[in-house]
Amino acid sequence: MNNTIDPERLRQRLADARAERLQASLQRRHRKEAVFRGLGLGAVCLALGFLAVLLFTIFSQGMSAFRSSHVQLTLEFDAQRLGDAGSERERLEQYQTWLDEALLRALDAPESRASAVRPLLSAAAVYQVRDRLEDVAARPGGRATLWVLASDEVDLIQTGVVDRAWPEAARSLSDQHLAWIDRLSEAELLERRYNRAFFTGADSREPEVAGIWGAVVGSFLTLVVTLALAFPVGVATAVYLEEFAPRNRLTDLIELNINNLAAVPSIIFGLLGLAIFINTLGMPRSAPLVGGLVLTLITLPTIIIATRSALRAVPNSLRDAATGMGASRLQVTLHHVLPMAMPGILTGTIIGLAQALGETAPLLMIGMVAFIANVPSGFADPATVLPVQIFIWSDSPERAFIAKTSAAIMVLLGFLAVMNLAAVLLRRRFEHRLK
Amino acid sequence: MNTLQLTVLLAGLAVLFFWLGRWRARQLARVQGGFKHLHSRPDYYGLVAALWVGLPSLLVLVIWWMLEDRVIAQIVLAALPEAMAPASAAQQELVLTRLRLINSGALLVPDGVHWQQATEQFRVLTERSQYGRQALVLALAVIAGALSWWRIRPAQAARTQIERLLHGFILLCTSLAVLTTAVIVLSVLFESLTFFQAVSPWTFLFGTQWSPQMAIRVEQIGASGAFGAVPLFVGTLMVAGIALVVAIPVGLMSAIYLSEYARPGVRDVLKPLLEVLAGIPTVVYGFFAALTMGPLVRDLFAGIGFDGVSPQSALAVGLVMGVMIIPVISSLSDDVIRAVPLSLRDASEGLGATRGETIRHVVLPAALPGIMGGILLATSRAIGETMIVLMAAGLAAHLTLNPLEAVTTVTVQIATLLIGDQAFDSPKTLAAFALGLLLFVTTLVLNLIALIIVRRYREQYD
Repeated sequence: MNNTIDPERLRQRLADARAERLQASLQRRHRKEAVFRGLGLGAVCLALGFLAVLLFTIFSQGMSAFRSSHVQLTLEFDAQRLGDAGSERERLEQYQTWLDEALLRALDAPESRASAVRPLLSAAAVYQVRDRLEDVAARPGGRATLWVLASDEVDLIQTGVVDRAWPEAARSLSDQHLAWIDRLSEAELLERRYNRAFFTGADSREPEVAGIWGAVVGSFLTLVVTLALAFPVGVATAVYLEEFAPRNRLTDLIELNINNLAAVPSIIFGLLGLAIFINTLGMPRSAPLVGGLVLTLITLPTIIIATRSALRAVPNSLRDAATGMGASRLQVTLHHVLPMAMPGILTGTIIGLAQALGETAPLLMIGMVAFIANVPSGFADPATVLPVQIFIWSDSPERAFIAKTSAAIMVLLGFLAVMNLAAVLLRRRFEHRLK
Repeated sequence: MNTLQLTVLLAGLAVLFFWLGRWRARQLARVQGGFKHLHSRPDYYGLVAALWVGLPSLLVLVIWWMLEDRVIAQIVLAALPEAMAPASAAQQELVLTRLRLINSGALLVPDGVHWQQATEQFRVLTERSQYGRQALVLALAVIAGALSWWRIRPAQAARTQIERLLHGFILLCTSLAVLTTAVIVLSVLFESLTFFQAVSPWTFLFGTQWSPQMAIRVEQIGASGAFGAVPLFVGTLMVAGIALVVAIPVGLMSAIYLSEYARPGVRDVLKPLLEVLAGIPTVVYGFFAALTMGPLVRDLFAGIGFDGVSPQSALAVGLVMGVMIIPVISSLSDDVIRAVPLSLRDASEGLGATRGETIRHVVLPAALPGIMGGILLATSRAIGETMIVLMAAGLAAHLTLNPLEAVTTVTVQIATLLIGDQAFDSPKTLAAFALGLLLFVTTLVLNLIALIIVRRYREQYD
């Protein structure tokens, strides 16, 4: 019988089993490790993938807004008739008649009524004609060939946003209009050209002439107010807290308060602006001045926190050396610490301003959401800002505003990218200097 | 001469007196035998003179500017004959606005001898006020400047004076930061109290019907009971909850990967890219949520047989908001994870734990308070976020727990109630302030807890 147990072999088998178990467990643990690591990478990729989708969607929708459809027309005019027209309105009617005639000629549809072809052209086309013919019309008569804006409906067909295959009732242009568009395209009289109005105009009810310049100027004026107030106040506060204030419960509380302000929802600042600046102090609604004040309160914590960390990064040896040379505390700060910390402070300020540039909700509260067709020229003029313009356009029922909104977002993101790039470069310099 | 020109002139005067003051200090020093006899450097003497030119006159300018309108209005109104005397405050305002427009040339003078008289008086008074203001301000600037210039003595502690002033300015700025919080509380609280006189806080906090648009007429407020904010709370919590469900795992795992696994070169590229998400304005997220995500979610669910999903579903809004707050969680968690001392990691790995086990069993528990702080801050962001929900969520308040339906949130209601012109004292507007108060208090509590946790945590390992 071979039932004696060889202790040596048993030990061996036990050891093998243990090694196997360990091996298996190790494998399991390493698999888990790989999965964990993969999850981490996956999370980063998910977030970045979303960013890519977001940007791609916006950019692909917005590119088309930088060009708009134009129609080339040859106007035959007679200056005599303009002279007869007395008022501005009569002159405009005269221009409209010439424009209609030119369009009918271009379409080769003399039997059609002018009102039937007008949906092809923008309502602003007649003003374009007036502006271009003003001096040409000094001649007794003749022809002038010029590109005028087509309507937004034509542009939507041209960009394919509105599908020609849709039933006629679902489109704002009839089949007859589509045929005319084809005729113009074949004759190379219809072209998508650089959309100047988008960069130079203010808001408009007509999508094809609505522009962002008014909003850009509004944003600029608002940010000027913000910078002028938030920078000195923010830096002064940070200097006090970092260089002068005693460490006690009060300064602790102030610090907590500032950190909290940085996390208060921005719409609350809008409520403050409405209740205090507009209703109590009687400041004008929709004005860059009030917008700037509200944004100042929003950016202050950002600037204060950034300035404090910049001041903290300045080595104490510098302060000691200056004090040793007989400088007063304020002189140490003003002549040595602040210049040293300035790139860091400016970085924080730029980041704060970038945040202010993208802020929308509080400005809605103080009335900057009104429809404003003029470019603002002062701090008390009614104005709107870029993000609010984006909000207004995204709310518009016209399809053509979708591309406009995306294009305006591209411009806004462009500004933000430039500001953040500047901040990054400044920060590099700052870190370099302190090394 | 308008206000801008006057200010420029004042600045010029200040510069002039700066030069004069510095020159005088130098002269005085030279007479006594050198700069060492001056208490401060000559620049400080110039600065004192310049400040005496600028500050008092600017102060007077601002005060005059603020009072001017009211004083003129009072005089003109008092002089109006019986027939034209405005009865109410609103009428008064109307008359004054007309006078102002006439004066600026935007409106023609209406017929009637009274209007002509009033217009003339208004014009004369405005003109006089302008001249008076200019004369007073300039005279004050020159006299104050000259006096301070005259009083410059070598023993004068010019630097101390300047420093005391600057110190005051710094203190003033610091108090402004504190004042902001106080003003927020006061402005929101005051309007809310008025609101709670019309609607009881109980109905507001626990009512389930929200339809402020019904209460246009005053007698409807109490009766309609349309200010029950529970549907808004549920909507807000649902959207914020979905956002957190997205943001916490993604944000936390990103932070772990970036701080523990990624090589420095990779990290330097990925981290700023991730932070781009935080730099994108919320209005952009809102546009994306409304135009792309909403329809996408609806179509996805229609594809698997769920019809009738709202394009403004809480799910779509919450998803986009979740992406927006990923960087809040990831960058804060990243900071706290990196702050965990290396010795803890070394000890764990020395005992044979894998990287992942070290992270799960050692690093994360050690960093937990800081991570909780980050999550609380992210919650406060999600609750207070306005643009995404305003553009992509619903406006009507339904009390529902279904994430596929359209819900509305506190911030949406605040915004829609206050956009556009409306009488300021209507309960509709006041309701927005009551909601604002609630929002402020909620986020305040969340922020404070988060900040205190994070601070304690920092002290633990510092």
